[in-house]
Order: sequence, then structure tokens, then C-alpha cells
Amino acid sequence: MSLFNVFGIASSSMSAQSQRLNVVASNLSNADSVTSSTGEPYRGRQVVFSTLQANLNGASGVKVAGVVHDASPMKQIFEPKHPMANKDGYVTMPNVNVVDEMVNMMSASRSYQNSIDMMNTTKSLLQKTLTIGQ
Amino acid sequence: MINKLDKELNFYHQALGLRVARQELLSSNVANADTPNFKAKDIDFASVLNQKIGLTTAFGKVGLNTTSPLHISSTAAKNTLADNLLYRTPLQPSVDGNTVDMDMERTRFADNAIKYDASISFINNEFRNITLAMQER
Repeated sequence: MSLFNVFGIASSSMSAQSQRLNVVASNLSNADSVTSSTGEPYRGRQVVFSTLQANLNGASGVKVAGVVHDASPMKQIFEPKHPMANKDGYVTMPNVNVVDEMVNMMSASRSYQNSIDMMNTTKSLLQKTLTIGQ
Repeated sequence: MINKLDKELNFYHQALGLRVARQELLSSNVANADTPNFKAKDIDFASVLNQKIGLTTAFGKVGLNTTSPLHISSTAAKNTLADNLLYRTPLQPSVDGNTVDMDMERTRFADNAIKYDASISFINNEFRNITLAMQER
């Protein structure tokens, strides 16, 4: 029953997309974190997807190869009264773009839904398979 | 009688197996919709099915399945699906090199699922016909 492989592929995608959603949540909630345990302002994070090794039929799942830190420049806002302001009165804010993250979130949740749909279809196909000869 | 039964069912057996393999491929395309540089893959169902039927009906040509590139290949050529994979030509290529068109993949996924369903109905009908023929009236 290699239809079960579809479950494997769909679940790999679901797990990868939920990790992406997790990173988006972290980015969005830290969009205003000017400091952290390291003393640096929060840096945006992004997941990197890569394909798993293909099986005999050439089908492959997906995995998160790693989480990279966003290298884009940090935002500087002028706020001299802020405790974290430098001597010129500028505060270094995280380089998280909230609009980008919202788009990222929508894309991740759509992909997650697609995987669930695939699983449901496969499940009904498997159940139909069990009726052969009845 | 039994070998006739086998001959009847062989076609559906091969067709179902191929439908499952295609379902796997399409699900892999959907799963990798966000993977950079992933190329969507598919098979030409009719030609691969013809090839499979040819392989299984021609006796003496039955080959061994190889599960690793290090295995010695047998005489029967092209037994795995991996040799028959085709890449999709993207209509709207994306910047990250991914060629998955989600609308197309979902349509093909649904299409393949219905045809799998249909094949199972055909098999059931086949069995029903056989039992009908065997029944004493």
C-alpha cells in the first residue's frame, strides 16, 4: 500500500509549514523587541525549505533545512527619550517587516491546508481500496 | 480459469499501482510548493501503463526491481517509475526556480483520485461478473 507514502509526504509538509508558522509567530511577536538576552535587538528569522531524498517513484517530502537570520539592515527610529537610544537619539529596532510576515503566515497556512486536504483525499482512497472484492 | 482471472485483473493491478505512484508524485509536488528550485514532476500515464502491461505480459522478460543505483540491472529495461519522470513546463515561472503551479497540481490530484476510485469500481464489477458467472441458477 504505497498510498501510505502520501501520508508521509503530506505530514512532512505539514510539519515544515508549522515550523514556518512558528517562526512567523516569533517574528511578529518580537517585531518591537529592542533588546534580548544577548543585549542585541531581535533579528528576523526565516526557515529554509529543502526536499527530502526522493523515493523509488521519484516523490519526495519536504523538510526545514535550517533557520537563517535575516541579514537586512535594522530599522533606526529617532526617539531620544527611549532608554535604549544611542547618543544621537536613535533606537535600533528589529528588522521585521510586519506586512511580509503576514503574507508569509497566509502562505504557510494555505500550504498547511493543502496538505490536510491531500491527507483526507488519500484516506478516502484507502478506505475505498479496502472495499475491493466486497 | 485461474490464469484467465489473473490476466483479467493484471490490467487493473498495473493501473492501480500506477495511479498510486502518480498520486505520490502529485502530493510531492504540492508538498514542495514552497521549496526553492523544486521542479514539479509527473508521468505520462498512458505510455507508462502500456509499458508496464507489455513488461508483465511478455513472459521471460520479467526483470528484477533495483532499489539502489549500485544494484546490477537486469535485462528488463525501464522497470522503475524514476526512468519515466517528466518535468512540467511552467506557465508562470517564479523567481526562486520553483515550477509548482498549485492550481494545476490540485486539479491533477483530484483527477487522479477520481480515476483511482473508478479503477476500484471496475475491479469490483469484474469480481461481480465472475461471481455471477459462477452462480448456479
